[in-house]
Amino acid sequence: MTEKRKLRKEPLIKLSRREDIDRKHSWTYRALAIIAALIVDAVIIMCVVHMNPFDIYSTMFMGAFGTSRKVWITLKELSLLLLISIALTPAYKMKFWNLGGEGQVLIGAWATALCMLYLGDKLPGPVLLIVMLLAAVVTGAIWAMIPAIFKAKWGTNETLFTLMMNYVAIQLVAYFIIKWEVPKGSGHVGIINQSSQAGWLPYIGANSYGLIVALVVLVTIGMHVYLKYSKHGYEIAVVGESQRTATYVGISVDKVIIRTLILSGAICGFAGWLLVSGSDHTITTTIAGGMGFTGIMVSWLAQFNVIVMILCSFLIVFMGQGASEIATSYGLNEAFGDILTGIIIFFIIGVEFFIQYKMHVRKSSGKEEA
Amino acid sequence: MKKVLSLVLALTMIFAFTTVFTGCGGSEEGGEEGNSDQAMKAGFICLHDENSTYDKNFIDAANAACEELGIEPIIKTNVPEGQECYEAAAELVDAGCGIVFADSFGHEDYMIQAAKEFPDVQFCHSTGTKAHTEGLDNYHNAFASIYQGRYLAGVAAGLKLNQMIEEGKITADQAKIGYVGAFTYAEVVSGYTSFFLGARSQCESATMEVTFTGSWYDETLEKEGANKLINDGCVLLSQHADSMGAPTACENAGIPDVSYNGSTIEACPETFIVSSRIDWVPYYKYCMEAVQNGEAIDADWTGDLETGSVVLTDINEKVAAEGTTDKIAEVEAGLKDGSIEVFDTSTFTVTVDKEKGINANAEVDGDGHVTKYMADVDTDAEYQGDTDVIEDGAFKESKFRSAPYFDLQIDGIKLLDTAF
Repeated sequence: MTEKRKLRKEPLIKLSRREDIDRKHSWTYRALAIIAALIVDAVIIMCVVHMNPFDIYSTMFMGAFGTSRKVWITLKELSLLLLISIALTPAYKMKFWNLGGEGQVLIGAWATALCMLYLGDKLPGPVLLIVMLLAAVVTGAIWAMIPAIFKAKWGTNETLFTLMMNYVAIQLVAYFIIKWEVPKGSGHVGIINQSSQAGWLPYIGANSYGLIVALVVLVTIGMHVYLKYSKHGYEIAVVGESQRTATYVGISVDKVIIRTLILSGAICGFAGWLLVSGSDHTITTTIAGGMGFTGIMVSWLAQFNVIVMILCSFLIVFMGQGASEIATSYGLNEAFGDILTGIIIFFIIGVEFFIQYKMHVRKSSGKEEA
Repeated sequence: MKKVLSLVLALTMIFAFTTVFTGCGGSEEGGEEGNSDQAMKAGFICLHDENSTYDKNFIDAANAACEELGIEPIIKTNVPEGQECYEAAAELVDAGCGIVFADSFGHEDYMIQAAKEFPDVQFCHSTGTKAHTEGLDNYHNAFASIYQGRYLAGVAAGLKLNQMIEEGKITADQAKIGYVGAFTYAEVVSGYTSFFLGARSQCESATMEVTFTGSWYDETLEKEGANKLINDGCVLLSQHADSMGAPTACENAGIPDVSYNGSTIEACPETFIVSSRIDWVPYYKYCMEAVQNGEAIDADWTGDLETGSVVLTDINEKVAAEGTTDKIAEVEAGLKDGSIEVFDTSTFTVTVDKEKGINANAEVDGDGHVTKYMADVDTDAEYQGDTDVIEDGAFKESKFRSAPYFDLQIDGIKLLDTAF
């Protein structure tokens, strides 16, 4: 090291990437972080609302698993969040900042509702379901493809573009809600085809959510294979690491961007189809419920590993169900549950940071060259 | 790592399945509990939580009615108008509730869905319109003749306008009322029209402007709407939307305000006059007692001044005009004995424009007074008028169905935007 560089002042805190950490250790740290978060939550529960934290935790647990119905609701919510996270993953792995998941789901839901309303009494059940599915997948794909083409051809900023496409979708759906509302002026479409159940996803046995869970499991496995073992998946990874490298090895970056976003949007549209046909049977502007954004967090927290995403979305859904249960049981506002969830997520993001980076604090003796 | 992961996943699944089975056992126990009268529970589904004046009104009534009858309430808040409402209703049944209430219009279809699935449980939905045509024994609608309360609140507003004219703060021509509405839905139209007629019964020169937010609860939009009306020259405001947006804007601008769903005097001591609201305690008690005694509940129940369902809050003497209390008592007596009709067709005129579809269902005489009006009482997708609701020279609101169906646009009220 030269004299000049030695003289330069060393920063107080320096970060470097960890290369050495093994899986066993990293999972131990993650577990410790969650325990630490639960302890902090417990302290807050005791200090702010003066209740026994174990009561709160067990009530939250019952909120997600208390009855078979609750288990199914939790599984459905988990499936939908997971599906949307999976839809966003290929784009993020490619470092394409798709903030438009919400709009892509919504537009898929809109297309589904449109088919249910106008074709509900014209087509036989299975054909109608397939037409609805195709409509949802295609509109979702188009909604994602538009910003992708602009990015690939003219280098527009995809963050803003995809974000703004959400608002276009919301306004479009708001317009159609006023067109379809019953009764006039109420702002509600109500349950579509409530008596005929035309276009409703069939029940498996007595359970209405079984098919949703099964379909999401299939997509999850499919995406895992696609990203890990297919040529496309490899291309996505290369483009994400470095576009120059991709170009150098002969990958057409534009093509990969557009192709991946079509896939991403199509799965979001699929999620919209499941929401309308399988669960809500109506259309509202808030039907995606923010999952298009929560899914981004799930995807990044899991570092694009499809299997880890199951755990992440489970955690978020579990906390959400728990939060509404403590609101019902103890009269605590749901916002309190959100605070507890926020703390846990804060700790998880924190531990991910320290697993990936090592922090060096400057020592006064200055023997860091060693 | 894969081993650890698969282990965790396997454990989660085993865990989920064991709870499915133990959970089944648990819900059966819950069902048994629900059968004995002493352990009766009542479930309540609310769109928002107590931060919304609309939902707070329901939550307070639920707690009060249950305490009086010794019934345990289970209140679920922040339940959206979607599948979540059906799920919440089903969970309340699992928890042993013999009766489930929901408070928001958009919950209706999901309550019907639950009512079909659980015929032994009573489902009561406030503000809904379908019970009288749905034909289910265990599904019921309820509303109150809140237009009477609005009319009384309008009387207080009219007196305040008179006071402002007398004090020389405004001229008679400037007596313009502003109104922040949610949607162009009959419930809102009925509300602002009755309020306006109440005000005009005291202050003849009163006019009104209405703006719509397109949302039942949006504090920012309601505040913006109120500010727009104030800038437009409105000298007194009222609202039919559920947040504190409009009252807060009035307090900031020093404009007198008649609020809704409950008193806003704490936040707006300098501008709050009075508020009308529906007291749901009489209905909740009626339904829960019916369930306890094994009696049938009306498919469509309308509360009024007599049942104690329509009430005014205390008048803020600091802002209200002198003599308001006495005048309101006088008009209230008139409404109760039938000598005053809120929608007396001789007190307002309408302009029919069939081409634009304005008041298309109405027939009027030479002076513009309504003689026949086909209202959309039975809900269907075509929303066509099906019942003549003009009787004895008055528009009979809440007589053929509890939920309001008055949706005439009367002269003297200007709608600034009708997009929603």
